[in-house]
Amino acid sequence: MTKQIKLAAYFPGVNNTTVWSDPASGSQIDFASFEHLARTAERGKLDFLFLAEGLRLREHAGKILDTDVVGRPNTTAVLAALSAVTTHLGLAGTLSSTFNEPYEVARQVASIDHLSGGRAAWNVVTSPDAWTGQNFRRGGFLEREDRYARAEEFLATVRELWDSWQPGTLLGDKENGVFARDPGKFVHSGPQFDIHGEFTLPRTPQGQPVVIQAGDSGEGREFAAKAADVIFSRHGTLEDGQAFFHDVKRRLSAYGREPGELLIMPAAAFVLGDTDAEAAERAREIRYQQVRPATAIQFLEQVWSRDLSAYDVDGPLPDIDPDPDAAPLTWGRVRHEKDPAALAAKWRALAEEKKLSIRELVIEATARQQFVGSPATVAGAIDEYVQSDAADGFVLAPHLTPGGLDEFVEKVVPHLQERGVFRTEYAGPTLRDQLF
Amino acid sequence: MVSAELHLGVAIDGAGYHPAAWRVSAAEPAALFTSGHYLQYAKLAEAASLDFVTLDDSLALQSGGEEVVRGRLDALLTLSAIAPVTSRIGLVPTVTTTHTEPFHVSTSVATLDYASRGRAGVLAVPSRTDAEAAHFGRRPAPAEAAAEAENAEVLDVVTRLWDSWEDDAIVRDAATGRFIDRDKLHYVDFEGGFFSVKGPSITPRPPQGHPVTAVYGDSPHAVAADLVVTRADHLDAVRAAAARFPGAKVLATVSIVLAETAQTARDRRRELDALTPFEPVGLSFVGTPAQLAAELPRWAAETGVAGFHLRPAVLPDDLDLLAGEVVPALRAAGAFRSAYRGETLREHLGLGRAVNQYAVTPGA
Ligand SMILES: Cc1cc2nc3c(=O)[nH]c(=O)nc-3n(C[C@H](O)[C@H](O)[C@H](O)COP(=O)(O)O)c2cc1C
Repeated sequence: MTKQIKLAAYFPGVNNTTVWSDPASGSQIDFASFEHLARTAERGKLDFLFLAEGLRLREHAGKILDTDVVGRPNTTAVLAALSAVTTHLGLAGTLSSTFNEPYEVARQVASIDHLSGGRAAWNVVTSPDAWTGQNFRRGGFLEREDRYARAEEFLATVRELWDSWQPGTLLGDKENGVFARDPGKFVHSGPQFDIHGEFTLPRTPQGQPVVIQAGDSGEGREFAAKAADVIFSRHGTLEDGQAFFHDVKRRLSAYGREPGELLIMPAAAFVLGDTDAEAAERAREIRYQQVRPATAIQFLEQVWSRDLSAYDVDGPLPDIDPDPDAAPLTWGRVRHEKDPAALAAKWRALAEEKKLSIRELVIEATARQQFVGSPATVAGAIDEYVQSDAADGFVLAPHLTPGGLDEFVEKVVPHLQERGVFRTEYAGPTLRDQLF
Repeated sequence: MVSAELHLGVAIDGAGYHPAAWRVSAAEPAALFTSGHYLQYAKLAEAASLDFVTLDDSLALQSGGEEVVRGRLDALLTLSAIAPVTSRIGLVPTVTTTHTEPFHVSTSVATLDYASRGRAGVLAVPSRTDAEAAHFGRRPAPAEAAAEAENAEVLDVVTRLWDSWEDDAIVRDAATGRFIDRDKLHYVDFEGGFFSVKGPSITPRPPQGHPVTAVYGDSPHAVAADLVVTRADHLDAVRAAAARFPGAKVLATVSIVLAETAQTARDRRRELDALTPFEPVGLSFVGTPAQLAAELPRWAAETGVAGFHLRPAVLPDDLDLLAGEVVPALRAAGAFRSAYRGETLREHLGLGRAVNQYAVTPGA
């Protein structure tokens, strides 16, 4: 059976992959940029728009990082505003379970679901660091196990609140003067949260807004298998994607779930050209714009935990080893490598084998999944990945704000539609209608 | 000195301020949980060139029984959903400050300011009930003095976070590879009596610099903000409140029941009260649009307030009369503007440019 592809649009915000030096690059903060991307995504019949979140500005070597795009708006307020200028597009926001409380997240996401007529999604992330916690009244540092324990109970509590208005609670009987009967009662008592009372919002158009998970560890995958509708992952290459896909889908049966109940959507970049060769050349230029000399050194320093500013980016990797005792130099970037010495050794071997300079090494080592080619090639590759179970679809991360998706929607989406693997009309008013 | 032209804000909550409003309003009860409901009232207010609309909020259900409206959307998010599809009206949600993180308050209000291109305000209100405390389970409900002091502290740090980026901090200097000039970003390093916050904000300084900050003026602990809303129910108390906040624009709340004749207005009020007995907040007005248009400038002159925060009893009925008859009568008397003169809420209210407390460059 031919699988239907899911597609989401990532708002290109604060990271080195957003090419701000390009003349076509616009504001990452003005609402017009969000509106542009959302309208483009909706024109292309994409499933949802996706916002990442970071609650403290990145720092490197004790200073605010100034080489990448810096600054972003509040996630829930942007999504609520976008609900006014779109009609079918899902609106997905990342909200940390560490720096929020269930009652307010339940209420915010449910409010967006009401305001959008059923298009809200929440990406549950678990932020582990006290460094970000310094921006919050409650501080908030949790050990690794505790943050998933908190996340799981957080989500379960949010769902109790979403379900707290039974069908028929909101009567609105003007004649007899009964507005609502026993609305929103809940009692939750657990190790993380001990709360009770009444929830302020009726059941939302989706009943349960869509839940996304982004986290990679075993605990993270287990959490997703148990409770999420979508996984946003980093595993976008064919083999890696297939391994991740099978690992996660395999976990579902333990929770009485079918493979189709959890969608795997890796992040993916794309570069288009009239020909495959032209696209490859553009992709190379873009990678050099994304990894400028200062960025290359910062990536290296991040692994080495040493000041490497004296090294030439066009020269070889430093011959000294990472400092095993140093505190991290970079804050605010998700670190997926737990063993710097091993990573440095791997990078050094790669650089020696391929004769790579520092900058070339970083370009190669930090590359994410990319679809590069003519529109027909890219459409074919996306389709192939999905049909061969490397993913259920992709979260497209353009490198330009806010116009980076335009070309994809104009040129690639029609190919996917012709192949019969992507919708030509939205299936219904809610995000769940598109996804399931 | 009392300015000749009044400032007018209007509450667009639920089906109107009267608890029985939902039974007589043309709006369907389920519509109270949609954005279209609030958008239509915001557009009415905008067509009349009112300064702003407000939405109440709380982290608990409204008190009362089956006969009243219970349940509501998050106010800041609702006004965010109205922001892109209106163009001039100021948007002032209530935001609670006891259980909500100040950092989130600063970024969400700043984002409302971006989405509305400079029309955001925030009415900062502490959460004082046991019900709200039980929804969070982290701390007991605070006593009034502590809650008000913390509210003031939250507004203070929120303002610092707005200022933590200078207006020209984004430089996009390809030559040096710098997106921002980090010397124009500031750690706020706030250490207060209730909490500490590091900063800087993740959100650049909003279009107005400072979205309009508002507090209720009936608490003895209220701080001066840009705007103080007094809910006193007689003119002497309104005058006293206006005198207490010489540095702010003080607006007096007036609950209004309007009709074409004074008798019909009294009948409307009686019918509503017969459904659900109720004592309105603030000054109470029951009468014709012409009478209200005569009273407001007189009350302002007598008390020294800059204008009024009007609470229509039933939506859209009393708002229709307010926009369609009271406002034209005020205009005819020279007591209200005939059109917006500026783009931002600060401009509507005649508030000066917000000075950045961290900026090295004066005026930035
Ligand atoms: C694809 C992906 C996207 C993520 N996006 C965010 C984000 O936007 N904000 C955030 O605070 N954390 C984000 N995270 C971090 C995760 O929530 C989590 O803290 C991190 O992956 C470590 O957990 P793990 O060990 O389970 O992977 C993301 C993680 C992944 C894999």
